[in-house]
Amino acid sequence: MGFGPFLLLALMESAVTAATLALTAVGLSLVFGVMRVVNVAHGEFFMLGAVSAWFITTWVGGPAWFSFLVALAVAPLFVAALAALADRIVLKRLDYEPEATIVATIGLMYIFQQAALSFYGPQAMPVEPPFNFRIQLPWFGYSAYKLSVIAFATLVLIGVWLFLTRTRAGLVMRATQVDRETAQAFGIDVDRVYAGVFALGAGLAAIAAVLIVPIQQAHYLMGHDPLLLAFITVIVGGLGSLRGTIVAAIFIGLSDGLIAFFWSPTLAKIIATLLVALVLVFRPQGLFGARQQ
Amino acid sequence: MLKLDGISAGYGPVAVLNALTFEARAGEITCVMGRNGAGKSTLMKCIMGLVPARTGSVTLDGTALHSLPAHRVPLHGVAYVPQGRRLFGPLTVAENLEVGLMTRGMGDETRERVLILFPRLRERLSQTASTLSGGEQQMLAIGRALCLEPKVLLLDEPTEGLQPSMIALIRDVVLQLRETGVATILVEQRPDAVLRMADRVAFMAGGTVAETVARADLTPTAPQFQKYVGV
Repeated sequence: MGFGPFLLLALMESAVTAATLALTAVGLSLVFGVMRVVNVAHGEFFMLGAVSAWFITTWVGGPAWFSFLVALAVAPLFVAALAALADRIVLKRLDYEPEATIVATIGLMYIFQQAALSFYGPQAMPVEPPFNFRIQLPWFGYSAYKLSVIAFATLVLIGVWLFLTRTRAGLVMRATQVDRETAQAFGIDVDRVYAGVFALGAGLAAIAAVLIVPIQQAHYLMGHDPLLLAFITVIVGGLGSLRGTIVAAIFIGLSDGLIAFFWSPTLAKIIATLLVALVLVFRPQGLFGARQQ
Repeated sequence: MLKLDGISAGYGPVAVLNALTFEARAGEITCVMGRNGAGKSTLMKCIMGLVPARTGSVTLDGTALHSLPAHRVPLHGVAYVPQGRRLFGPLTVAENLEVGLMTRGMGDETRERVLILFPRLRERLSQTASTLSGGEQQMLAIGRALCLEPKVLLLDEPTEGLQPSMIALIRDVVLQLRETGVATILVEQRPDAVLRMADRVAFMAGGTVAETVARADLTPTAPQFQKYVGV
């Protein structure tokens, strides 16, 4: 295979990473943007999405496409409900105080991780993809499922954008993001908004995980890499900026995938971390973030 | 109509309002005057539930507002124009108004009334609020509050930093609202503005209302202005 097709293959693989990273990072960015909470447990919501997808597909049985669709519908809802519960019994009690919530979400991270280890075990488990055929290109065949991951993630991101910009609930979230106190003075129940945003953020991470689990397998420690990449993405894109997060996810996802494909995954992480350091030094608000007044 | 009885409130260990008693009546403009730190803005926030009352009561037509969570207070028809406007800057003018309309489920009719009152906003509907001029931002802040069709309107220094033509426009709007029966509470520092608009003036000092005087009993040289405001 010549370099051109080889590069195309690398780009397609990287696009899968970028698509799921965009979903995960948008969830993290929403939570920070609206609630000012740095959610260190975000990677564990991703992991819980994957692990619950395995439980659901195993329990439902039947044709792979059917059990996968059930998992895609139910696992994000389950994770979102868990996140809303965590918001109510942990974050709300801390009055969303920024430093305290960082410590609290570190605690949540370990609780979710150890719960997964206890109930799921230390092994990596595969989830069967909903369909299993290859699209034959002139140079190589490529998994149709991986292409569908890119398409589905894109649709979900468009849906999130439409939700935020075209619905009343989205308007309420954006108003709360700008000014919590004034939002209350206009009848907005900020506690409910926060619970909803935390659930939405976790749900998006869980969708990304369900999509990726037929490719990567579910494991109780699988939340670390997505968390690191999602943090890198929101820092580069600009904390709280959805547009910046999506652009940065595409850039970081593609570069991470390409470097990992041609050289090594470790080098990819080193370069991504270096990029964050450069952004923090020269443009601390991120590429698309607004400078704090 | 709106009554505050024995209200004490503050931030953390700092007490700002001390056993404050205050009243606003329908179809009247009650001006609140006092030096910096007298507790004028805290009084407004306390009525809105944004600063919880530690003691005392806030009632509107018999409904105890002080026991409600802050987001439920505006549902009873209390609208707030905060000091410094506090618009939702990245949202458009139309979206800022929509947030106001959503509060009490008002619709196009209310929106149209606000846009007739402030025609300039109609030309700026798709513009983000942060890009408006100071005067336009104040129009939007008041327009957003009027989208609640309020029974009580709280205005915290709405003419601060505005040019005279804009001040006159805002004054006209406030006077029109009085005719519709709205109880207006206006924090204002300039005696000339107070004398033109107020029905009653509450002078604050030390976190309480030290004196309430009817407009008819005040002149530009009234000693209360010197005593409580320092002008």
